[in-house]
Amino acid sequence: MYGNLSLVEPLNGVEQENPEKLAEFEERISRGEKIEPTDWMPREYRRQVLRLVEQHAHSEIIGALPEGTWITRAPGFKRKLALMAKVQDEVGHAQLLYSAAETLGKPREFMINDLLSGKAKYSNVFNYPALTWADTAIIAWLVDAGAIINQTLNSKGSYGPYTRALERICKEEAFHLKYGYDNVVTLASGTKRQRQMLQEALNRWWKPIMHFFGPPDAVSVHSEKLMRWKVKMASNDEMRQMFLDAYVPRIWELGLNIPDPNLRKDPETGKWEYSDPDWDEFWRVINGNGPCNRERLAVRRMADELGAWVRRALLKPERQYVAPLF
Amino acid sequence: MRPGSGIVPAVKDLLYRMADDALILGHRHSEWTGLGPVLEEDIAFSSIAQDKIGHAYALYQLLHELGEPEPDRIAFFRDAPQFRCCHLVEYPNGGYDFSLMRHFLYDVAEQCRYHLLESSRYEPLAQLARKVRGEIKYHVFHATQWVLHLGARGTEESHQRMQQALEQVFPLALGIFEPTEYDDLLAAASIFPGERPLQDRWLETIVPLIEQATLRLPALEAVVPAYGGRCGIHTEYLQPLLDEMGEVIRSEPEAEW
Repeated sequence: MYGNLSLVEPLNGVEQENPEKLAEFEERISRGEKIEPTDWMPREYRRQVLRLVEQHAHSEIIGALPEGTWITRAPGFKRKLALMAKVQDEVGHAQLLYSAAETLGKPREFMINDLLSGKAKYSNVFNYPALTWADTAIIAWLVDAGAIINQTLNSKGSYGPYTRALERICKEEAFHLKYGYDNVVTLASGTKRQRQMLQEALNRWWKPIMHFFGPPDAVSVHSEKLMRWKVKMASNDEMRQMFLDAYVPRIWELGLNIPDPNLRKDPETGKWEYSDPDWDEFWRVINGNGPCNRERLAVRRMADELGAWVRRALLKPERQYVAPLF
Repeated sequence: MRPGSGIVPAVKDLLYRMADDALILGHRHSEWTGLGPVLEEDIAFSSIAQDKIGHAYALYQLLHELGEPEPDRIAFFRDAPQFRCCHLVEYPNGGYDFSLMRHFLYDVAEQCRYHLLESSRYEPLAQLARKVRGEIKYHVFHATQWVLHLGARGTEESHQRMQQALEQVFPLALGIFEPTEYDDLLAAASIFPGERPLQDRWLETIVPLIEQATLRLPALEAVVPAYGGRCGIHTEYLQPLLDEMGEVIRSEPEAEW
């Protein structure tokens, strides 16, 4: 699961590239060709794609944590087996994505180190806790739904290894969505307590889900070039609208209340209007001060330390990893 | 097997022992999800855990056909004294060394057990044994490769850790073969030859592998097998695990989840 390249960094040094090569590169992209690892690419393209794929990979392994804590508590064989398979898929996505990112010249170990040091980002949504079983249902349905919107768009992007990984990932995510929806429907048609648990989970997750696609376009700068390079495939607001259009009616259909009194579709523009989902909080969380940032990284660091002896035993001192592009 | 004949309680006891082992170990393996030493091991442990829990489900289903409650009821609503798993599967995961050695010693035993059951006179179990053979082959393959690597081809540190883990896990693993009051009956009915022959077969299989991994197996007479699980006497770790496993489903026992 992953939201978006939600924070676009300024592009540096594009004007120093060879103008002919740059023009040829941009033409290839506009013709719909894929860029492969050994093809010429602007330095900045490499940096931005690497950053995107790496963030996505980190989001998958951190994303395994909030749901993973419920594997041991899943109610019944059917749910237990399904949740195990789902979280395993997410870890599998991380493996695929780290491999895709490695084609740009950065070894997996370096990426993991950047995650553990706090240098690399991952999707903000995983810095919130899954407090009840119903939270896992909402995550599997709505967070995965958001991820599918984003990833289906990105699978039409320009970097070959990433788009191929995404095609496979999207197929699995579509299954997660079905699992999440089935789970939500079961709770929504269950006992009073189950329905209440579900409503409370939706209340908790609505804001993080609105944040999921990144800050409003009005404050997101520098993305025009990335759209032309097909690194970013749609604006944050466009994706948010797509999500609301597809899912708000389904949420209402289940008899759930969305905790935003101003949420409505403007019949004239066809656009959804909504309250400010507290962008200050978004910035607080992305800068490391969300409810679970420290815990998530602490868990990963602990796992990394505990497993270090295994990785050392796998190394062959006579073989050195060579990263030619770094 | 005629329902109501004296053999039914013996078969049920065998099924409970096998199913409870698979469920609890599958649960423990699943706790590695997101925390493995390398991503590939997260994925492997999760996959093995899913198989184990699937085996437990199939065995509880056989019990259900013999008149026991539904699998969800049996698995999620009993307390520790009603469980028949061995102590080996109850222990927390500890480090990867402990988990891996447990996985190795348990899965070789499973492979031997299911192999013997393929010719069981209790046909539903013989069928299941033939069905799970392929999965267990991969579990054993996975465990063996890692034990050989970390024991013989890794570092001094990994060798030492595997040796310590072997010494810690071996007495617990012997608890798999705790004799039960039904062993003779099951053997006489050609349903299962018994725990002692199983243990012998298991030892024959693991001894050469452990040698290949350059590890030393403690002498059998020098260790005390961790018995008790098969009569409902468990470690302090089982009940908290069951409380956690049943936390959600027990909160609304009659609801659909």
